Amino acid sequence: MIYNASAECMDRSTLESLQLERLQQTVKRVYENVPLYRERFDASGIRPGDMKSLEDLADLPFTVKDDLRQTYPFGMFAVPMRDVARIHASSGTTGRPIVVGYTAEDINTWAEAIARTLAAGGTTAGDIVHNAYGYGLFTGGLGLHYGAERLGATVVPISGGQTKRQVQLLQDFGSNVICCTPSYALYIGEVAAEAGLDLEKLPLRVGFFGAEPWTETMRKAIEERLQIDALDIYGLSEVIGPGVSYDCLSKCGLHVNEDFFIPEIIDPLTGTPLPPGEKGELVFTTITKEAFPVIRYRTRDITSLTYEKCSCGRTFARMQRVSGRTDDMLIIRGVNIFPSQIESVLMEMEETEPHYLLVVDRQEKSLDTLEVWVEVSAEIFSDEMRKLGALQKKVQQELEGILGISVGVKLVEPKTIARSEGKARRIIDRREL
Amino acid sequence: MVVTQISVFLENKSGRLAELTEALAEAGINIRALSVAETVDYGVLRMIVDNPDLACERLRQTGFTVTETPVLALEIPDRPGGLAYVIRVLSDAGINVEYVYAFVGKAQENAIVVLRLEEIERAVELLGKRGIEAVPAEKVYRM
Repeated sequence: MIYNASAECMDRSTLESLQLERLQQTVKRVYENVPLYRERFDASGIRPGDMKSLEDLADLPFTVKDDLRQTYPFGMFAVPMRDVARIHASSGTTGRPIVVGYTAEDINTWAEAIARTLAAGGTTAGDIVHNAYGYGLFTGGLGLHYGAERLGATVVPISGGQTKRQVQLLQDFGSNVICCTPSYALYIGEVAAEAGLDLEKLPLRVGFFGAEPWTETMRKAIEERLQIDALDIYGLSEVIGPGVSYDCLSKCGLHVNEDFFIPEIIDPLTGTPLPPGEKGELVFTTITKEAFPVIRYRTRDITSLTYEKCSCGRTFARMQRVSGRTDDMLIIRGVNIFPSQIESVLMEMEETEPHYLLVVDRQEKSLDTLEVWVEVSAEIFSDEMRKLGALQKKVQQELEGILGISVGVKLVEPKTIARSEGKARRIIDRREL
Repeated sequence: MVVTQISVFLENKSGRLAELTEALAEAGINIRALSVAETVDYGVLRMIVDNPDLACERLRQTGFTVTETPVLALEIPDRPGGLAYVIRVLSDAGINVEYVYAFVGKAQENAIVVLRLEEIERAVELLGKRGIEAVPAEKVYRM
């Protein structure tokens, strides 16, 4: 289902002229209202009137996360505080939190973006939406909430946590749609199974999962466990929150809401824009945001873009599922390792549970070690030591084949790896770097 | 003939064995025989108890990973060569013994060993012909 066909299926040339017009306005507005942008543009010799075509975007300087920290809390806002209707902020686990603001119109835009997202998974006004994203400063909860309301659906604002109760209410309310992080979806499936709940009998039909990177194999696992369609939803609070891009039911890449955000892919080392199809760092420029516009914001997410029309009829650029982040990449003995690589190996093996922990340590001779903790499930637990040993060895060989470095595998008791009710914590780095 | 053994996956971390034995104690379950196989990271605890079904249920509730494994309990003469004879008979018949451990039975004329092997019925028949009797499950649980 398409929520706003006139936008989502706009022909590319109309879309591009709309983007250029909005880009010109945005550049002018940030130059006039945000000191950091004015200084940067002046230093690069850029005048607000210089945006003659979309290609000129590549001349603008990048904005990075640290810029947002330096201007904490409101230094990047482009409107007076009296026009700011809402504030959200990142958790700030690494340094100062990133604070973002929205005008009433921005919240409108956001609700529209989410309504398109939910509709692309077949959500309609008659559906009950179980929203297990955290409510609060985190953009997930309220973002999905407003979008579901815009669509006319019934929202259950359950937020995260109290998983047994979540399962109970999913059943009692007969929710059709679920929104949460993918790792939490798996956990909900696990708790539901423990409670003896037959998920196939629930009216639950589709889920929108995001806020952390996940893999295609994880999608299959969620779809199997919860008996639903599992759709990817992408976003970051710096750009707007969830709803920057979204899967449709053909599951062949996430449609970027291009009438609101212009995506680019760049080489993360040189900053050079890369052509469609090539993998690199995703960069966004917002072109309608009022309170918190960003120019060429570096997301650190790694993906590629395609501009081919999707079979669903949407013309927006599609980004591939995010395959990693430039900053959650682990460098072990000089080899780049992404947690998503390990996840896909474990998900493909029938014998292992999709919950894992990576423990990185440094030995005396300054040799880094990677140990992967894998849970032994009741189904695969064998009384015979050699079978357990063989499993351990199999996991190890599969991982080493993919990663190209030696890996230790440790079998641990089921449910001992902490389940997250929000973003999963997958890495323990004990190295003192 | 077949005795139900309970196998539990145990990570090597302090307190796990205490938790396990306490769970059994609280359920009023008596351990008849027990053996531990271990590696650096984990071990498998194998037990014969008086009430295997209840033991499994309680351990699962307490969060342990448990499987039930069919094993054979044999009564063999308690003298040098007693076990050797049994193993030789099985070996000559091509029956592979996965593992074996002794029973913590009360003092009696014969010793009791627990064996894990692939072909329990054939082993019982072979050994029975030679005067080595399998101990019935009910008797084992009550010992």
